[in-house]
Amino acid sequence: MTFRRLWAVARKESLQLRRDPRSLALAFALPAMLLLLFGYAITLDVRNISLAVLDQSRSAESRRLVDAFVASGYFRVTRQLEDAGEIPEILGRGKAQLVLTIPPEFTRDLLARRPSPIQLLLDGSDANTATIAQNYAEVIVARAGLMPPIAGGVVIQTRTRIWYNETLESRNMIVPALIAVIMSIIAAMLTALTIAREWERGTMEQLAATPVQRTEVVLGKLVPYVAIGILDVTVAVIAGRVVFHVPLRGSIVLLAVLTLMFLVAALSWGIFVSAALKSQLLATQVAMITTYLPALLLSGFIFSIAAMPLVLRMVTLIVPARYFVVITRGIFLKDVGLGVLWPEVLALVVFATGALSLALRSFRKQLA
Amino acid sequence: MADAVVARALTRRFGDFVAVDGVSFAVGTGEIFGFLGPNGAGKTTTIKMLTGLLAPSAGTASVAGHDVRTERYAVRDRIGYMSQLFSLYGDLSVEENIRLFGSLYGLSGARLAERREWVLGMADLKGRERTRTQDLPLGWKQRLALGCAVLHEPPILFLDEPTSGVDPASRRRFWDLIDQLAERGTTVLVSTHYMEEAEFCHRLALMNRGRLIALDEPARLRRGMGQPVLELITDDAPRAVEALRGTPGVLEVGMYGRAVHVTAEDAAAARETLPKTLAAAGRRLERLTPIDPSLEDVFVALVRREGGAVAG
Repeated sequence: MTFRRLWAVARKESLQLRRDPRSLALAFALPAMLLLLFGYAITLDVRNISLAVLDQSRSAESRRLVDAFVASGYFRVTRQLEDAGEIPEILGRGKAQLVLTIPPEFTRDLLARRPSPIQLLLDGSDANTATIAQNYAEVIVARAGLMPPIAGGVVIQTRTRIWYNETLESRNMIVPALIAVIMSIIAAMLTALTIAREWERGTMEQLAATPVQRTEVVLGKLVPYVAIGILDVTVAVIAGRVVFHVPLRGSIVLLAVLTLMFLVAALSWGIFVSAALKSQLLATQVAMITTYLPALLLSGFIFSIAAMPLVLRMVTLIVPARYFVVITRGIFLKDVGLGVLWPEVLALVVFATGALSLALRSFRKQLA
Repeated sequence: MADAVVARALTRRFGDFVAVDGVSFAVGTGEIFGFLGPNGAGKTTTIKMLTGLLAPSAGTASVAGHDVRTERYAVRDRIGYMSQLFSLYGDLSVEENIRLFGSLYGLSGARLAERREWVLGMADLKGRERTRTQDLPLGWKQRLALGCAVLHEPPILFLDEPTSGVDPASRRRFWDLIDQLAERGTTVLVSTHYMEEAEFCHRLALMNRGRLIALDEPARLRRGMGQPVLELITDDAPRAVEALRGTPGVLEVGMYGRAVHVTAEDAAAARETLPKTLAAAGRRLERLTPIDPSLEDVFVALVRREGGAVAG
């Protein structure tokens, strides 16, 4: 292997890349678009839950309770109901997601220090929102200080503190993971084109007739795409800080090194697919299917892996994005290092060397 | 002097199909060695095996003294290759293609600069250095491709149908370049299906259906055919061909523009019978002359002698 030949391939590849609008769009426009789209659109926070109130107590205490809901910022009162008969209509038509009923004896029970049931009716057709709304509502009711002490006269107070993401912004967990997801999609797509294009245009044969070795071709092709990947991630990290205000607490150097490793794995996978299929169309499709869906669904990006059935959990083990998501979240939010992340780093090393040797082998077979 | 290229019983199978069937030959240094035959005759497959792009199924070959199977990289250092289709990078400029292939062949610095100048001059591309190669006319592309294939001054050059689709003037010019290279000692192996190009080769390997059916100098191939060829000019060539086919003493009938070529067993007998046959068919014969057989006549005659059909 000579550095001169490797560099010649890298130079040629970047010249071609610069002149190919399709690859450029894929390399720069698509990641930016995905980042903005996912960053803004995917939010698991529930805000502005519409609340209808049936206040049969009409007391100072009941008004304090309703005010506590509004003051939390999660609820807004859309209806004041007069009669319980209105409830089915309100929930059925989606005019409110939650109905709070305060019974007439509310104040009396409260003052008598007796349990005073209030009713929360939730629209369960959006189970996710309903669960979150229920949690919020329970916390608000508890904090309103209106709950009667538990029998025995001891008031148990829980003081919850949330670490790493104090405000429980879902954006804080989504943006770091998003970087991993976007890079796994883009990387494989970019390189999926590169070898197949040479086969389709007949240039691969011309290359093969020169003394260039397959290691030089594969590594030479990797160089410009790794550079693009690093650039993409840098932009994404800056956008995460500036646009989405996601904190970056850990080591940037560690993030850069591990990103490099992940990129080598993802880019080599694309090269392997491209060399094995020799068709740009087929290779892009296979690269899409083998990276996009797993990265989106099986990486823990949105859906918790721990909550998946065993079979799916096993499948996630071969999704490189899964490990990189843990790494980006860990470095961004928790400031953890190799001491914690080593199993994920080990997995990335395995994927990177595995994909690279697959890419090299697929070449050897064809240029023999 | 040692042979530049030697093939011994070289064979390549694709499944059940035998693309090249036990081909043996030796090419001397500085020789222009042609492969002539229809599409599917096995010319390209033979060249791909010799350049190490395709592994032989059986047989051996050595190029510049190196085994194509076991010393692939040694072979690649010593050859230039130009494939059937234009296969430089169309989205790179003339200059960038030269630099790329120069670097791949291990050239750099002053030597690369010198070879670059030489290629630009040879291919007449001075002033076009920054043109994207996809925007060049085909003839220019071919010359550049040839230039890129000989950047490192390889002792042996493989050209696979280098002039297909190129206009005759550019083709002529391309062959002048090949002649110059050969005069400077480069061994050239070239495949073609243009008969007039085949005449430029020092020696010709005629191939049909994967087999080597003859190997000799073009003039000797024509002389050695041993059967007379007559050229007939008639009022209607296609109908004349129909009428003459199957006539006793006629071995082969072919149409060449307005003319009809007849390969006969015996010249004198044919001069008697052919006019009669044509008259019986209602055709008017304008002229009948004995001619030197063309390479195509030779080719067809050889295939028939082998008892086979022409592929393609």
